[in-house]
Amino acid sequence: MLLFLFRRIGLMLVTAFCLTLIVFTLTNLPAKLETLAKTQAGSRMTDEEVERWIVNNGYGTPMLQRYGEWLGVLPGWTREEADGTIRGRCVDRHEDPQRAGTRCGILQGDWGFSTRFREEVATVVGARLGATGLLMMWVLIVMIPMALIVGVLAGVREGSRMDRSLSTFAIASTATPEYVSGVVLIALLASSTIGLSPLLVGWGWIEGPVLFQGNARSALDDITLSNFTLPVLTVALYGMGYIARITRASMTEVMTQQYIRTARLKGVSFPAIVMRHALRNALIAPFTVIMLQIPWLLNGVVITEVLFSYPGFGWTLYEAAVNNDIELLLASSVVAVVVVLVTQLISDIGYVYLNPRIRIS
Amino acid sequence: MEPLSWLEILTRAAQQLLPVWIALALTFGLSIRFKRRLGLYGKLFDSRVGMIGFAIVMFWLFTAIFADWIVTHDALSQVSRMRNVVPGTPLPDPRDAYPYYLLGGDSLARDVFSRMVMGAREVLRIAPFAAMISFMIGISLGLPAGYFGGKMDTTLSFGANLVLAFPVILLFFLLVAPEIQQTPIPRAMAGFLFLVPILFATVLLNSRFFTQPAKRNLYVGVVLVVGAWAYAGLVFNADPVGLWSMSPNLLNVFVAVVFVNAPTVFRIVRGITLDIKSRDYVAAAQTRGEGPWYIMLWEILPNARGPLIVDFCLRIGYTTILLGTLGFFGLGVSPESPDWGSTINAGRRLLTVYPHPALVPALSLMSLVLGLNLLADGLREESLKD
Repeated sequence: MLLFLFRRIGLMLVTAFCLTLIVFTLTNLPAKLETLAKTQAGSRMTDEEVERWIVNNGYGTPMLQRYGEWLGVLPGWTREEADGTIRGRCVDRHEDPQRAGTRCGILQGDWGFSTRFREEVATVVGARLGATGLLMMWVLIVMIPMALIVGVLAGVREGSRMDRSLSTFAIASTATPEYVSGVVLIALLASSTIGLSPLLVGWGWIEGPVLFQGNARSALDDITLSNFTLPVLTVALYGMGYIARITRASMTEVMTQQYIRTARLKGVSFPAIVMRHALRNALIAPFTVIMLQIPWLLNGVVITEVLFSYPGFGWTLYEAAVNNDIELLLASSVVAVVVVLVTQLISDIGYVYLNPRIRIS
Repeated sequence: MEPLSWLEILTRAAQQLLPVWIALALTFGLSIRFKRRLGLYGKLFDSRVGMIGFAIVMFWLFTAIFADWIVTHDALSQVSRMRNVVPGTPLPDPRDAYPYYLLGGDSLARDVFSRMVMGAREVLRIAPFAAMISFMIGISLGLPAGYFGGKMDTTLSFGANLVLAFPVILLFFLLVAPEIQQTPIPRAMAGFLFLVPILFATVLLNSRFFTQPAKRNLYVGVVLVVGAWAYAGLVFNADPVGLWSMSPNLLNVFVAVVFVNAPTVFRIVRGITLDIKSRDYVAAAQTRGEGPWYIMLWEILPNARGPLIVDFCLRIGYTTILLGTLGFFGLGVSPESPDWGSTINAGRRLLTVYPHPALVPALSLMSLVLGLNLLADGLREESLKD
């Protein structure tokens, strides 16, 4: 077990290393650096000025050397300006140049500086991850029970009308990406001119102009039903269908097992069979899928956060990508890799606990 | 003129779509008539879900094919005073043009109906093709990985997991950007990605016919000539006839979508191969002395077709979603492009006031993906019945 954990963590480190190297290469292409220079120091720069900016800000050295600096295995760049001040990767962000060490990379716990938000990357990512964590928590709270109920109800009696309609609903939900469901939900529930809101206002059922808000920025200070329902629903709907289908498949399989028939012949009531005998065995497969679904939801989170302008991790990733914010992008991809591999690990370990027939060797 | 009522809008839209209805009726009539002779495709018409899915998919396919006859206006032209108008609004000064905007106008006063129809063409031009290339790559790499195992399997699986660990959107932002198009990266990737199908077809035919050199030389020769022709056109944009060509934009989008899809296909194929390679008929072929590629391509692959066909339908749907995502973030498409993703993105700014420019493409995209998923579901059900 311990060996297994060590192997997985080793794999995680190697994957993160490869990924960051790829991201670093692609964000440090000369054309990308030019864009960065123009967004940072003015769009009307001449080619010479761009070149000077790139060299002055430490982007002129060979790429692998800069990657080493970011990792913290090579000393950061320093240069003495004409007026005698010392500039450098590590020096710039410290009051006292003497106290700044020679190396400052992620090995030293320094994630760098975000050019887009003009803040420490660690602060930006930490704050945004918290916001996304809240969103994800609510998504999971809404999505999992909904998916399990739909899946179990559909799988209890295979081929029934209930099964047909719930399965079609599940398929429809997997066919509706976030940018479609978000748009439809906003048009339906958050518009003051069409959809449900004007009707409800007309009947005097709601106070404000709209039922739910189509913008979730205010959810940062205070989460309310009105500003958080739509983003949560948007993410949850897309992820729900797949889990429901897996649950249904696993439930139908369990319901054909011998022990279910035995229980029926013994005269156990149908609800008791489902609750006591079938559910526990049927929920093993959905558990793994739910864990594996989490990194996949991350995409949906990016789209949803951009659509509802909710400043979480996804929105930050989007902003960083649009502005070619190199160090923020690198940190984001590390976070993404960790999320992917940790959820995989949890799903593997959880699978063993839930299903004692399987051993990790 | 009076604006149209909803009933009139529907009638007129149905009238515009006449070629689609005729084609659909022909397809269904012929298929149902001969369904006993058509194998798995014919069995599809025994399942109601599969038939509904197939109808939706074919609807969009025919819409894309006959788009030039269906559109009421040019998808890019703007008509003054038609900005954000509601569905069914008449043109102020029609002259020769179609007198109404059937599904309203968008924020640049273009016809939403025509853009929806042309958008279907944009999507269906890339999605099935990209899914196909992803499948060929996934199969060409997944079969040997599962069959031989060992170091190659470890390396390829690590590579696939590496790509899958990336958030798709980050990958898109890194791969599909104007700056990247100036570098040789998309061309190099396309060079590799388009080479795989040619190799696949060559090995496929060679392993089967190498005992009959005359036949083999003919088949492989034809594949190589056609392949080299398409390759020159698609990768280097140097097709002398001009049949195969791709704008740098499109090539970039295509490469990114294939790159995201191929690892998943690889994992599926590898899993199926691991399962099938212990079957008796594989052992029989091995004792017969068949080569490994013959066993992989002519023994294992045909027996893996059921799940692969189902996944292929799902993958076209997923590719459509990915293309929509690209459009939604404004990546790799020209701002004027009528594809559904960018139209949704353009329409979402005024969504709460004028919902129709965004809703129409959103529902179109959803219905196409839904159709593909229902089709896959029907195929799965029918293929399990054997």
